[in-house]
Amino acid sequence: MASPMTVSPFAVSPLFGRFTLESLPLHEPIVVATFVAVALGGAALLAALTKFKLWGYLWKEWFTSVDHKKIGIMYMILGIVMLLRGFSDAIMMRLQQAIAFGGSEGYLNAHHYDQVFTAHGVIMIFFVAMPIVTGLMNYVVPLQIGARDVSFPFLNNFSFWMTASGAVLVMMSLFVGEFAQTGWLAMPPLSGIAASPGVGVDYYIWALQIAGVGTLLSGVNLIATIVKMRAPGMSMMKMPIFCWTSLCTNILIVAAFPVLTAVLALLSLDRYAGTAFFTNTLGGNPMMYVNLIWIWGHPEVYILILPMFGVFSEVTSTFSGKRLFGYTSMVYATLVITILAYLVWLHHFFTMGSGASVNSFFGITTMIISIPTGAKIFNWLFTMYRGRVRFELPMMWTVAFMITFTLGGMTGVLLAVPPADFVLHNSLFLVAHFHNVIIGGVLFGAFAAINYWWPKAFGFKLETTWGKRSFWLWVSGFYFAFVPLYVLGLMGVTRRLRTFDDPSLQIWFIIAGFGAFLIALGIAAMLVQFYVSIRDREQLRDVTGDPWNGRTLEWATSSPPPDYNFAFTPVVHDGDAWADMKARGYQRPISGYRPIHMPSNTGTGVILAALSVAFGTGMIWYVWWLAVVSIVGILAVAIGHTFNYKRDFYIPVEDVTRHEDARTTALMGAVA
Amino acid sequence: MSEMAGVNRDLFHLPEEPHHPEGSSTMLGFWMYLMSDCLIFAMLFATYGVLGTSYAGGPGPRELFDLPLVALNTSMLLLSSITYGFAMLNMTERRQGPMLAWLAVTGLFGLAFLSIELYEFAHLIHEGAVPQRSAFLSSFFTLVGTHGLHVLFGTIWLVVLMVQVRLKGLIPANCRRLMCLSLFWHFLDVIWIGVFTFVYLMGMLR
Repeated sequence: MASPMTVSPFAVSPLFGRFTLESLPLHEPIVVATFVAVALGGAALLAALTKFKLWGYLWKEWFTSVDHKKIGIMYMILGIVMLLRGFSDAIMMRLQQAIAFGGSEGYLNAHHYDQVFTAHGVIMIFFVAMPIVTGLMNYVVPLQIGARDVSFPFLNNFSFWMTASGAVLVMMSLFVGEFAQTGWLAMPPLSGIAASPGVGVDYYIWALQIAGVGTLLSGVNLIATIVKMRAPGMSMMKMPIFCWTSLCTNILIVAAFPVLTAVLALLSLDRYAGTAFFTNTLGGNPMMYVNLIWIWGHPEVYILILPMFGVFSEVTSTFSGKRLFGYTSMVYATLVITILAYLVWLHHFFTMGSGASVNSFFGITTMIISIPTGAKIFNWLFTMYRGRVRFELPMMWTVAFMITFTLGGMTGVLLAVPPADFVLHNSLFLVAHFHNVIIGGVLFGAFAAINYWWPKAFGFKLETTWGKRSFWLWVSGFYFAFVPLYVLGLMGVTRRLRTFDDPSLQIWFIIAGFGAFLIALGIAAMLVQFYVSIRDREQLRDVTGDPWNGRTLEWATSSPPPDYNFAFTPVVHDGDAWADMKARGYQRPISGYRPIHMPSNTGTGVILAALSVAFGTGMIWYVWWLAVVSIVGILAVAIGHTFNYKRDFYIPVEDVTRHEDARTTALMGAVA
Repeated sequence: MSEMAGVNRDLFHLPEEPHHPEGSSTMLGFWMYLMSDCLIFAMLFATYGVLGTSYAGGPGPRELFDLPLVALNTSMLLLSSITYGFAMLNMTERRQGPMLAWLAVTGLFGLAFLSIELYEFAHLIHEGAVPQRSAFLSSFFTLVGTHGLHVLFGTIWLVVLMVQVRLKGLIPANCRRLMCLSLFWHFLDVIWIGVFTFVYLMGMLR
């Protein structure tokens, strides 16, 4: 823990900066126990990797891979691992709030509790939802458009490792120093150097800045991929809807993340250089931070939900055995949401004195945004209408989403009414609302997507018994956990409280805690589902590459797809390209293969990201030599990389033939 | 692409690999990166717009800005854009020597711009007009300094590219990189026009 007094950036140890042994939270038994557990687990993992000689395999086949499929899977693993961390924070808060009544202080002190709620928000948005969304788009988009990889494969690898670097810094803050105690948006003046002199806010800033580089570059990459790399015949209006929602998401990323970069840079200048952007003195303006961060923050929620709208569209269409109802209206609804995402940011602070006219404008734009969203819900319902609906796991998650998200949307419209917001703002009603749309929308979408595309990625389906257990635990757990928060919010309970005086409220917090416990079981059931599926993979094997009778191009190739995705570049005649090919008697070619041009792997991304962690650490702890050395290192490695002109190779025709012949044999076995 | 549909409804795959020219997405991708960079500048301009009159009792633009010096600086940057254009003309004519010479001239103009800017900053700091003095000065130094950092980065990039052209010649990869840097360099010029107008000229009118 940092000393309570402000440390001058220059009056520190030249070697260790402001790091001392006191920075290690040895007096916090919960953190120490966690650290011991993580250290033992980590050591066991490293030992196992060494014992089974997996380092070379991991480095060559995964860490340095520029294959969009492997990068996509690495993003998903990062997101799921960080989900466990973010959820630990959640259940700690639920437990604290369930017991801190009648004079009890609970088990978390204020310093720790404030870090927990900040870390929970930051981790869930930046290091769970974002990696899962980016991972899905990375894996699925190139396959759906019939491409061999993304436009900039090296950049893709680099982007992943920068995101992972941000996650490393957040995890580091748990054991070395502290995390921010400011809430997930770190509003000044609370996040200024006077009120938050410790390393917490600096961890926050550098974790997000480094991960933000990755997010922005992957946004640029995927836009270029979708615009430039579509298979012949695939006009924009013949793209699968998931590609449309991905395109809009990445446009939002490229148009929103620079704002976050700029506003965090200004906050850093205030903290490091003593400038006066967001101070209460010398002409600074803290409200400007609130405006700027929400100009990023509101598009961010659409960055998270739009790809999931795409997932639900694909799933509904596939499992209803029908073309998606209202494809064109779905595209336009997505575009309208993309634009409106920039016109609603002020609804996050109606109470901050903008006046009635401004509040009315933003209240109305916020209500308007529910119209295209509602249109989407109707499109999904009409797709199901008179369809032959198969209630497989992805479809179950989709139905749960439709019900849950509609409820969350309605409470959102309630909050969009400025006078109502004056009553409900900053309350648990708000907390319940955004968990309702993020869990009911983004997470349910992620689970639908994982169950839907897992057989594509690994060649076998996920087991359904544990999948259904997980589903019911998650869905019922969600309602138990958050309906009480709506009730409490309506009664006026504000968010981020550590202890409570009124004993009549306790029962609601106990019910919410029970809901969190059900969700914990749901997460455990999901991990068991993964384990059981991998164990029984031979029984769950799918050799056709098309286990759901899919409609889009990713189902046209083998599962898992070969490195080159398609032996021949597909030609597209219809929006549901693969359904069209199947309907018109497409025969898979079994000869005439050609060598295939592919990008080469490179370790530069890992090295740059590792140097970025070192740079972040140097900046956070005022270890200036480390910051300077690593920034020079980053520049040198980046420039050095540009001197490498040999970045591609040809997969020899023999390798392509071997892969494709194996698939031919497998397909014949499946028919026989 | 789309004209291929309808040619043969039964053609489901291309028998030959389609020819994707190497780096065919690069210009689009780089353009999008520039637009994201433009947004960072937009934020800094907006910040200056909000805080540009918050002098906190300290000095304002009239006392601080030296317009002839800024005019000289502006001309350095504008000239560097023209000379970069000459370099690109020579690149399309595949005249490597003159192209490198024009790039060198461009780099020198860039360094002149940076030197004058640093002189201006040093002068301001000497006068006590430090970034910590007021929100106006914080936003002024940040906006102008961020542009200066970009010019510095562009100059380093320019030197690297000159070395690479010397090593490999005007191969497609190098020409593509020169095109990207060209976009970047002219982009910085456009940003500077904004800085010159909104910060310096309009500052003097206050």
